[in-house]
Amino acid sequence: MTAPFYVSPEQVMKDRADYARKGIARGRSLVATVAEDGVLLCAENPSRTLRKVSEIYDRIGFAGVGKYNEFDQLRIAGVRSADLKGFAFSREDVDARTLANQYAQMLGQVFTHEMKPMEVEILVAEVGHERAADQLFHIRYDGTLVDETDWCVLGGEAEAIGERLAAAWDGAADLGAALRSAATALAGPDRALRADELEVAVLDRAATRRTFRRLEDDEVDALLVG
Amino acid sequence: MSLPSFPIADDPGPDFAALARRAGLTPAPVGSVGTTPFEVTHGTTCVAVRYADGVVMAGDRRATSGNLISHRHIEKVFPADRHSGVAIAGAAGPAVEMVRLFQLQLEHYEKVEGSPLSLEGKANQLSQMVRNHLPAAMQGFVVVPIFAGYDTARRSGRLYQYDPTGGRYEELDFASTGSGSLQASTVIKLGYRLDMDRDTTVDLVLRALFEAADEDSATGGPDLIRNIFPVVATITADGFDRVGDDDLRTRFESIVEQLRTDRGGVESGGLS
Repeated sequence: MTAPFYVSPEQVMKDRADYARKGIARGRSLVATVAEDGVLLCAENPSRTLRKVSEIYDRIGFAGVGKYNEFDQLRIAGVRSADLKGFAFSREDVDARTLANQYAQMLGQVFTHEMKPMEVEILVAEVGHERAADQLFHIRYDGTLVDETDWCVLGGEAEAIGERLAAAWDGAADLGAALRSAATALAGPDRALRADELEVAVLDRAATRRTFRRLEDDEVDALLVG
Repeated sequence: MSLPSFPIADDPGPDFAALARRAGLTPAPVGSVGTTPFEVTHGTTCVAVRYADGVVMAGDRRATSGNLISHRHIEKVFPADRHSGVAIAGAAGPAVEMVRLFQLQLEHYEKVEGSPLSLEGKANQLSQMVRNHLPAAMQGFVVVPIFAGYDTARRSGRLYQYDPTGGRYEELDFASTGSGSLQASTVIKLGYRLDMDRDTTVDLVLRALFEAADEDSATGGPDLIRNIFPVVATITADGFDRVGDDDLRTRFESIVEQLRTDRGGVESGGLS
């Protein structure tokens, strides 16, 4: 019998992280920003059916990049957790922070204990009744949980997109302005994204009960023109 | 609490009721308890009528326990989702719980699957829930709902009536449930016209509930002193929209005024 090769824990973790990062970098990126009338979720996604952005609960939205089947599985788990909690207690008791913690635990668990880490990066966003109460939780493949303010970028090119978004960031932006800066930041200097290449949804601050709303192509077009 | 996860072969899919059962959140089915040792709170008359733009649903506000009025302003008409509503009659406790589960079932399906159930699919879901409730119904906790909605695929309003066994019957013109349903449906039957407009339909259902309350002690009439009026809602392509109490008050006042003029009182010999 041959003894297994010794591999240092540092090396194992580094290999897994590299693997996950490579998987995530293969897909396109996504931007979430806080605006006056709600939280905007904007993904570069040419597919009309395989969604990156979706509804979790009344005031909570979900966004994921990376491997579709993996973040979709996380999305469904989130919907289940939120609906069960709302049913057992009350709709007001369902919050993004708890959900983000659950996601972080699950991703952390998979990262350290399973053969293959999940090749995903996800976002849990909650729209408050006032702007100051908006929350963006960014969860990485290894379970790292970051509480972001104002805006958040997910995906392989997050750094470059983040720089462009920070330059264009305007605290008082309405939905249209927020969408324009998000789309410009996602596209970069050499191209422009059309409505049918974007998947856009908003958590509408003023709405009652279910605040999540998808923006159709014509609506996105109108907002992009400004 | 951790995120719910299931092995692929054992996944509950978009079924919230199954998920809640797994999480131990739904009550155990009622076993044989013999005769009910207490008075069960009951809710009564609800109607739904089809009209040109969709459907109108309405229900009175009274709940009774035996011969006592236990609540004066409970609600028996609820939005099921954006394009449908559910009205209930029967044992109030299980009925309200059934509605809560039904609403969540539709929402859960829509979120998990990414698109809403068809109207027919929603009606069948409710049918299964009533069917599952049968053991409790046999013990005296009968729940009989009406389901109505706007079918976005067919572009018209549709109505479903149920029986306690879960039997589901689609009606073309109107549906009613509860102890005052006989009176209410007679009024609607006499006043029903094809493709009525919203105003006419709302007036017709109010008149139907008024007459039901007049004959059936378990159905509440409009309460002009406490400002309690039936719950009336229209369901159209624009969604579920509840009619405001001010509007209902004006309509009831004109019904009452008309009846006073037409029928007279005891002194003038008119007392129909």
